Amino acid sequence: MRIWKIPDQVVRLAILFIVAIVALVVVRQKLIPESFGELGHYRAEAVTIATELPIHYAGLQACVECHEDTGEIKAASYHRSLTCEGCHGPAADHVEDPTEVLPLVPGGRAACIRCHGYRPSRPTGFPQVIENLHNPMEPCMSCHDPHDPTPPEVPESCSACHGAIARTKSVSHHWSLDCETCHEALPEHRESPRAFLPSKPSGREFCGQCHAADATSSSEIPRVEIATHGGRYLCWQCHYPHFPESR
Amino acid sequence: MSLEPKTEKRRGFLARLMKLPAAAALVSLIGPEKLLADSEGESSNPDERLYAMGIQVDKCIGCGMCVDACKAENDVLREPFFFRTWVERYEIHHDGEVTVESIGSGTGVSALEEEEEEALRLRSFFVPKLCNHCDNPPCVQVCPVGATFKTQDGVILVDSDYCIGCRYCIQACPYGARYLDPRTKTADKCTFCYHRITKGLLPACVEVCPTQARVFGELGTRSSPLHRMKRMNSLQVLKPSLNTEPKVFYSSLDGEVR
Repeated sequence: MRIWKIPDQVVRLAILFIVAIVALVVVRQKLIPESFGELGHYRAEAVTIATELPIHYAGLQACVECHEDTGEIKAASYHRSLTCEGCHGPAADHVEDPTEVLPLVPGGRAACIRCHGYRPSRPTGFPQVIENLHNPMEPCMSCHDPHDPTPPEVPESCSACHGAIARTKSVSHHWSLDCETCHEALPEHRESPRAFLPSKPSGREFCGQCHAADATSSSEIPRVEIATHGGRYLCWQCHYPHFPESR
Repeated sequence: MSLEPKTEKRRGFLARLMKLPAAAALVSLIGPEKLLADSEGESSNPDERLYAMGIQVDKCIGCGMCVDACKAENDVLREPFFFRTWVERYEIHHDGEVTVESIGSGTGVSALEEEEEEALRLRSFFVPKLCNHCDNPPCVQVCPVGATFKTQDGVILVDSDYCIGCRYCIQACPYGARYLDPRTKTADKCTFCYHRITKGLLPACVEVCPTQARVFGELGTRSSPLHRMKRMNSLQVLKPSLNTEPKVFYSSLDGEVR
């Protein structure tokens, strides 16, 4: 005869607890994915899945491996920082099967206007045209080769590129002045605009040639005391030279 | 009963105990990193790289090529309200009012419409946006099932097989970088094109950016183009006050950008 006996209610409770624990273990085994927690609080397998997704853009390197000549032309042009697939669309399928799958060849104006259409929000200096004024209806490619966009015939007048400034100036009191009156541009500026920047006037005396009280210009031109007018500011800090009456 | 095994055990234990300080001294001499480091190629180890992106706001022309490339590469829905990356056009008016619009994949407003607003405008610019891949990500913190996580190389991913579509992470993201994909009913977001970068390619948006406004690289790697960008520019991040520590760095960022 045993002195003590596990009471019945404890045995029943213990059975319940064991069943609950076994159930917990089984459910955990079933519900928690295998690789969960290997690397952190997530399925490690998900990282592998993410790395194995299909690639659609083959990358510039894959393009120039075959299209070496076009790549070389582009690399020496203003479009050197562009990737082929930006204009021609994703081409990984074309790399896989060059004869069956052909990439996009954009035509017309839309593909160029997308970057080169004039939008005031675009950074100053980025080449832009007003699409309704710059040879409307003409496909861009009839003058510009997209792989080397510099046109073979360089523009003669400043307004060909600096249209916005030319139009502003044309309705201002400075309309009759040539660009060369204030800017000196080397002929090379037309071919390589940023390597040969035109000069800009640097002092008050320059405006004073016409606007100083003792200048010999026509008496209709407004005069100021060039040494003192405007205090320590330079003329173009208040008067925009291409439209001097604006504020 | 013999005492042999017990003494043997004790002797072995004592011998091992003597070796311990010697081993510790050795490790401290060589440096624990070297012992743990993978012997083959250091950048192939996801532990040792930290992906990040730089965005030069003053170079962005708002062409939206990045948006289109992202959608093509990652099979994002074409509708104009599902974006992994998008471009915002900021317009600051003379009276201080700021208007922001997502231009999606086009330049949005036509040149004529923009011309009409010209009288109001003080300045205007484009800001590309995407998931900031925060080092301290609020979206990962709130996920109830562990379906969104930070990989060892610092990229925030969504495990769409495990996501329950509760949208909690979409609410938690301070940058609005997540959306619910109606096809799978799971959260979706920018992955830095994880399938590309792990193979040495650039993310699709960086690949197609015509002005190289987007720069991609590894933090702390001197040969990465990102290192040069960080060296040459003063950098900001979005909403630094939230302490999310984003890994998308902006240069020439206007103070009005949120």
